[in-house]
Amino acid sequence: MNSGDTAFVLLSAALVMLMTPGLSLFYGGMVRNKNVLGTIMQSFIIVGVITLEWVLCGYSLSFGTDHAGIIGGLNWIALNGVGIVPNPHYGPTIPALAFMIFQCMFAIITPALISGAFAERMKFSAFLVFTVSWAILVYNPLCHWVWGVGGWINGMGALDFAGGTVVHISSGVSALAAATVIGKRLGYGTTAYRPHNLPMTITGAALLWFGWFGFNAGSALACSSLAVSAFVATHIASAVAALSWVFLEWTHRGKPTTLGAASGAVAGLVAITPGSGFVSPMSAVLIGAVGGALCYEGVLLKTRLGYDDSLDVVGIHGLGGIWGAVSTGLFASREINAAGANGLFFGNPSQLGIQFVAVLVTIVYVFALSYVLLKIIDKLIGLRVAKEDEISGLDLSQHDETAYIF
Amino acid sequence: MKKIEAIIKPFKLDDVKEGLTNLGVHGLTVSEVKGFGRQRGHKEVYRGAEYQIDFVPKIKIEVVMPSSLVPDAIKIIQEQAHTGEIGDGKIFVLPLEEAVRIRTGESGDDAL
Repeated sequence: MNSGDTAFVLLSAALVMLMTPGLSLFYGGMVRNKNVLGTIMQSFIIVGVITLEWVLCGYSLSFGTDHAGIIGGLNWIALNGVGIVPNPHYGPTIPALAFMIFQCMFAIITPALISGAFAERMKFSAFLVFTVSWAILVYNPLCHWVWGVGGWINGMGALDFAGGTVVHISSGVSALAAATVIGKRLGYGTTAYRPHNLPMTITGAALLWFGWFGFNAGSALACSSLAVSAFVATHIASAVAALSWVFLEWTHRGKPTTLGAASGAVAGLVAITPGSGFVSPMSAVLIGAVGGALCYEGVLLKTRLGYDDSLDVVGIHGLGGIWGAVSTGLFASREINAAGANGLFFGNPSQLGIQFVAVLVTIVYVFALSYVLLKIIDKLIGLRVAKEDEISGLDLSQHDETAYIF
Repeated sequence: MKKIEAIIKPFKLDDVKEGLTNLGVHGLTVSEVKGFGRQRGHKEVYRGAEYQIDFVPKIKIEVVMPSSLVPDAIKIIQEQAHTGEIGDGKIFVLPLEEAVRIRTGESGDDAL
C-alpha cells in the first residue's frame, strides 16, 4: 500500500463527494424558488440512498467477480472481503476500501444528474424508487461492462478513463427517457421558467469544476504522472469550453451570459471525462472547444424536438458524453497513457469504431431500461406530483418547507 | 383628507420623499411593485430560451394628507419623479374616510 496514492485517492473521493451537493446548487439555482428545496433534496438524499445501496450490493455487482461479462458477482456483498489489502486490478497500490469509496461517489452523482430532466414535477417517493432501481439495474451492470475486469465493453477495448459512458451518456440518455415519460411541466410554452438564483448556480458550477479534478485525476488511482496529465487536460477542456459556449452564444443571441459560461464549463468537463487520462493538453483544447459549442447547440435542440428536459441533462451530459467518447477515439495517444490505445489521429482508426459501439450499446440499453423502469413505477405509484402540488411547488408539497422567508 | 397613490420609477424615490417632506408631509408608506403601462419590459435569455418580461419594477408611494396640501403634493411628485422617458408613472388621488393614530387614538387631520 502506497500512502501517497492512498491519500490522493481519498482526497479525490472527497472532491467527488462534494460534486453532488455542488450539483444540487447548480440545479437549485436554475429552478423557480418554490422548487429549490425539492431540487436540492433530490441530489442530496442520493448521497444517503446510494451510499447504502453501494456498500450493500452495488460495489459487488459492479466490480465483483465477473459473470459472463455481464455483471459482477455477490462475493463482496456488504463489503465482505473488502478491506485494507489492495485489489491488484482496482488500484493496486491503495486499499480496496479506498477504491470502493472512490467509486461510491461516482455511483452517487450519476443518478443525481438525471434529476435535472424531471425538475419541478417528480414525486419524491417515486424519485427514490426510481433512483435505487436504476442504480441496481442500469448503473451497476454498465459500470461492470466498462470498468469491471471481465466486463464485455472493457474486453472490447473501449476507453473510458473516468466515466464518459458510465456516468454521462447513461445519465443523459436516462434523462431523455424521463423527460419523455413524465412529460412537460405545466405551462410549458407560455410560462417563463426563469432561474431564481443564478449566483447559486454559478457557485454549484464552481464546486463541480473543483470536484472534477478528483473525478478525473483521481481515476488514475495513484498520485502519478497520469493523474497530473488528467488534471491538466480536465482544467483546459473546461476553460476552453466555457469560452466556446459564451462566444457562440454572444454571436448567436447578442449577449454573453453567466449561465452560458457556467454551462459551457460543465459541458467541457463532461466532454473531457472519458479521455482525460488518454489525451494531450492541446487535444484537450480541441475537445473543450467542440464540446462547448456542440452542447450549446444540443441545448437548443430540445425546443425543436419538443421535450422538456428542464435542466439540459440530455444536451450537456448526453451529448457531451457522446462527444467525449468519440473524441477519445480520435485523440487517445499511448504517449500519454501507455496502458490505453491510440486514436484515429494517432494512426489507429479502429479505436473510433470501438468507441462507437460502446456509445451505441450504452444508449440502447440505458434508454430501454430507464423507459421501462419509469413506466412500471408510474403504473405502481405515479411519477408526477398532482397538478395543484406542481403549482404550489415541490418545497411545500413534498417537504412542507419554504426556502426563503424574508 | 385625501390619499395619494403614486407609481414611480424606483430610483426617483429619494427625490420624491425629499420633496414631500419639505412640503410638510409627515409620513408615507412605500412598497415594491411590478407593473406596466406603455413601457415595454425587457427580454431575458437562459440557455437559448428567450423570455419577454412584461412587468417592470416600480415603487408605489401611499401618502395621506390634508386636502389642502394635495395640489402642491401632486406638483412636487410630478416634478421630482419626472424623467421624460416612458414609464415615469402615475399619480392617483383617492378620497379618504377616516384616519386614526394608533398610539393616541386621535382621528381626522390630527392623526396625520
